[in-house]
Amino acid sequence: MTRTDSTTGTTSPDSFVATAGDRFKDAVASRRRAPGGTARGAAGRLGRFLLVLRRHPGTVLAVAWLVLVLISTVAPGLFTGQDPIDGVPAEKLTGPSAAHWFGTDQLGRDLFTRVVYGSALTLQAALIAVGIGLLVGSLLGLLAGFIGRWVDDVIMRISDVLLSIPSLLLSLALITVLGFGTVNVAIAVGLGSVAAVSRIMRSEVIRVRNAVYVEAALASGNRWSRVLFRHVLPNSAGPVMVLAALEFGTAILAISALSFLGYGAQPPAPEWGSLVSTGRNFLTTAWWLTTLPGIVIALTVLAANAISRALDSDERRSR
Amino acid sequence: MSRYIARRLLQAIGVLWAAYTVSFLVLYALPGDPARLIAGPDATDITPAQLDALRAEFGLDKPLIVQYVDRLLGLVRGDLGQSLPTGRPVAELIGEALPSTIQIAALGLLLAIIFGAGLAILATFSRNQALSRLLLALPPLGVAIPGFWFALLLIQWFSFGLPLFPAVGNVGFASTVLPAITLALPTGATIAQLLSKSLANTLREPYIDTVRAKGAGPGRVHFRHALRNAALPALTVTGLIVGQLLSGTVVAETVFSRPGLGRVTATAVAQQDIPLVQGIVLFAAAVFVVTNLLVDLIYPLLDPRIVIGRRRVARVQTGVPA
Repeated sequence: MTRTDSTTGTTSPDSFVATAGDRFKDAVASRRRAPGGTARGAAGRLGRFLLVLRRHPGTVLAVAWLVLVLISTVAPGLFTGQDPIDGVPAEKLTGPSAAHWFGTDQLGRDLFTRVVYGSALTLQAALIAVGIGLLVGSLLGLLAGFIGRWVDDVIMRISDVLLSIPSLLLSLALITVLGFGTVNVAIAVGLGSVAAVSRIMRSEVIRVRNAVYVEAALASGNRWSRVLFRHVLPNSAGPVMVLAALEFGTAILAISALSFLGYGAQPPAPEWGSLVSTGRNFLTTAWWLTTLPGIVIALTVLAANAISRALDSDERRSR
Repeated sequence: MSRYIARRLLQAIGVLWAAYTVSFLVLYALPGDPARLIAGPDATDITPAQLDALRAEFGLDKPLIVQYVDRLLGLVRGDLGQSLPTGRPVAELIGEALPSTIQIAALGLLLAIIFGAGLAILATFSRNQALSRLLLALPPLGVAIPGFWFALLLIQWFSFGLPLFPAVGNVGFASTVLPAITLALPTGATIAQLLSKSLANTLREPYIDTVRAKGAGPGRVHFRHALRNAALPALTVTGLIVGQLLSGTVVAETVFSRPGLGRVTATAVAQQDIPLVQGIVLFAAAVFVVTNLLVDLIYPLLDPRIVIGRRRVARVQTGVPA
């Protein structure tokens, strides 16, 4: 085991001459040298996280952008002092300027303000969607992977079927029954991603279930539920977190697309997709009404995807 | 071989039956009153007797299990049921919408393959690090861009800015270009991501070193030897890509006001036309299943190591000397 210590840059002795005992000592020593004591501790994880950020400035930018957007969902007043619903009719359809960064719409409302306030609806919906997809999907994957046998067969055949239907169509079918509105759109998008999450969770659980420490935990008399939640779940969560970040971006795209089509938030509520949709009527006269909210959506999705990629490479390295 | 195909066909039918069951459970078994949906939101003064008549007309008064079997039997005969607001057969509505959708989907797929594969090949072929890094940064961007926004930008630039293509309608070839580009963006980005990854992996394999050692130039190595093997993993996601194109038409056809399957879907959802939505979902599942079946049948022709219907393990064991 040649373990390169990421903090000091030293390499442990050649694995060919090292005995098992030596390797054990090396492992202990390199863990001691890692920041925050054990590599498994929360502080160690934070140290590793900071290291990733220092090496990848793109990831730093992505995190910074998402933090800004998340803050704007809770406290939009920090970014703008104007009103998202009531406009100044005299200033309608003016282009981007110092007073109105993103210009104004057909009712004289400040577009930047509407985008900032709109992030609450869009991101809440995306978080609901990812939460539902993750919760239901992980639970199904956990059951399928841990119990196995016919439970596994049934759950995986159902997910096969769900994966054979494009997820946007699946969401549309759910919206047909659930009805319109932001929350319904979020639920539909979340349920549309259940199959993919359950697949990944299942394969991870199967990988972890066959690990020696799970065998040891079972052999030392733990109940299976305890083994499942104390040992299997935490150790198989990594790839699911990578998927969660990815799904967050996908959910924003899907939710804004469904709102654009008119199934989500109803006017005058600002929502990213419906903002672009309103701008559609002013394509020739007011380019900013479609272009600028769209750029914000694209940047947010790009940031979520970049974080997912960074988590993924971090996950692979720690294996 | 024929036994293999028969088994795969049975499996495909099984998936379709399951897709029917899942969509039936979602669309019919959930609480809601389709009869009120048929009557429409304006019919507030409708009497219970009239609602009952509507239910009887569409067979909604029978127990769920009877409805399930009735619709399944209809499905076997190729009858997808009737659209609620118009009363027209669902199969007919889908059939009418299909040609226009196939036009933009086919052109979109073509553009996606040309640009996606072209980008992947150029990025792995180029010795210029800056260029290949720039090229490899494009696909993640293409995946993150909202399709509806991209479509509007295209209209702004190429219909209003430079009047090259019409912004709406379905008359002539020119009207298919912008919708096809809209569809090609996420699909092409997916192809580029997959192919560049698989090309980079293939180029690291030992047989490439052998080919180089025997004196093959970079072009020959790339196109004759690496690309053929690298394209295989990309082929396995064809079903997914076709599904992506199909769901992309919902947005593309709405933005460009083109008739087609996507528009039919959007309207069906807006009118809560449950049989039509179920028909479209089943159609999408069928397209996915058939595509995957075709890919599985074509695969062994491209990669002789894969033998259909026989266990590969046995071959590998005989091939490796002890």
